[in-house]
Amino acid sequence: MIEVLLYALLAGLGVAIVTGPLGAFIVWRRMAYFGDTLAHSSLLGVALALFFSINPTIAVVLICLILAVILVALQQQQTLASDTLLGILSHTSLAIGLVAMALMPSVRVDLLSLLFGDLLTVTIRDVATIYIVGAIAVALMIFLWKPLLAITIHEELARVEGVPVTAVRTALMLIIALEIAIAMKVVGVLLITALLVIPAATARRFSHTPEQMAIFASVAGCLAVLMGLCASWFIDTPAGPSIVLSAGILFVAALLKRE
Amino acid sequence: MKQALVELHNIGKAFRGNDVLTGVDLKVLPGQIITLIGPNGAGKTTLVKIVLGLLKPDCGQLQVDPQLRIGYMPQKLQLDPTLPITLKRFLALAESNHALCLSALREVGIERLIDQPLQSLSGGELQRALLARSILRKPNLLVLDEPVQGVDVAGQESLYRLISQLRDRLNCAVLMVSHDLHLVMSATDEVICLNQHICCHGHPDQVSSNPAFIELFGSKTAPYTHHHNHRHNLHGDVIDSKNLPDQHSGECRHD
Repeated sequence: MIEVLLYALLAGLGVAIVTGPLGAFIVWRRMAYFGDTLAHSSLLGVALALFFSINPTIAVVLICLILAVILVALQQQQTLASDTLLGILSHTSLAIGLVAMALMPSVRVDLLSLLFGDLLTVTIRDVATIYIVGAIAVALMIFLWKPLLAITIHEELARVEGVPVTAVRTALMLIIALEIAIAMKVVGVLLITALLVIPAATARRFSHTPEQMAIFASVAGCLAVLMGLCASWFIDTPAGPSIVLSAGILFVAALLKRE
Repeated sequence: MKQALVELHNIGKAFRGNDVLTGVDLKVLPGQIITLIGPNGAGKTTLVKIVLGLLKPDCGQLQVDPQLRIGYMPQKLQLDPTLPITLKRFLALAESNHALCLSALREVGIERLIDQPLQSLSGGELQRALLARSILRKPNLLVLDEPVQGVDVAGQESLYRLISQLRDRLNCAVLMVSHDLHLVMSATDEVICLNQHICCHGHPDQVSSNPAFIELFGSKTAPYTHHHNHRHNLHGDVIDSKNLPDQHSGECRHD
């Protein structure tokens, strides 16, 4: 029984460590809605994975990437405001995912666990996937840290200074897609953005450099995972929502700190 | 004749079918300060972006000196308040050598602000910070898009003075966009008046005392108004040319 908790804890911490720095970029670049859209589309990825019997993580990453490319292409048309576009894609892809799953009577899917996470059923394989993918995501972010910061501050200035802006931006989307695919198990598609945005926002009040904010966001995320799992274990609340609620409580507590 | 750093010939650019630039020629010589003026929507920023290589022109030729190193100062920096970054760190993104960053800050006169968060800088200080970053790359061409935006009038004058001092010290050419002709007059070698095409261009010193110049650019006290020796229709196309005596374009250095 204790290994259930141990795996859950390892998985949660593994995700929170990566969502810290990634969430910082999402907050700085105002991409929260973008992250939401990718997360919602991951349900469609799961449906496709079930239909074609392929690995759901790979399917989700692929769907997220395809959606990211569609988004970038549509944004360049500029006929609709960006948030309208995101709203359309976000909820349409979520709806397609839900409909597609309903149309597959042969497979039984626990929809609630997809939407809100199912941390207490993670296996050692899941934990391994989370740490391998997480390590790739962190390595990419460290490698691209300076250009990522440069394009976050001013894209055109970065381009003039020789940063391959499109490649770096695409890499960031890839990392977000990877992270969403592995975080789904922990908090579910509806709550992933919370784990990205809330710890980063909490960390802002304690940070004086971008790196501090990224690391403090990881710490805040890990604390939220610990608190949420405790709640889940002792008072039997659902793990994913408990983690997000803990992150929210930490954020409110951070507001009390005087700047 | 010195080799031009950047030479544009017959450049045209349209956005969604609307011509923003047509038939624009531009030549930037080493050490020269060129100011682009013109009303809103005249295509100044578009032209600057073409020079920077950020936009591809629809037609025309763009020749660039292989030695060209551009220092770019964007129109403004819209920084999210959630990004904790100091001035020092902002410069370190372009140049990791701390001593060089410090000397760039000294050049623009804000070295005392080095440990301040970027968001706490005033409009003028932020423009100087951007200017410091643009000179860090040891450019031979500084491209400044409305360098005095958000700066009070006294600050604008000193910023323009600083730009012309920097040109002398760094021995670089300057291409800048400005709304306000009066302030840039003393600090520019050539003024190019742009309104989707080049309306006129010339050496400000030689034309500033000329009545035709005042007629063309408005009087000193009035806000900048844009006069033409021809008229534009609603699409910005030239519909009528009255052929004013063109003292200013007679001084043109384009050949």
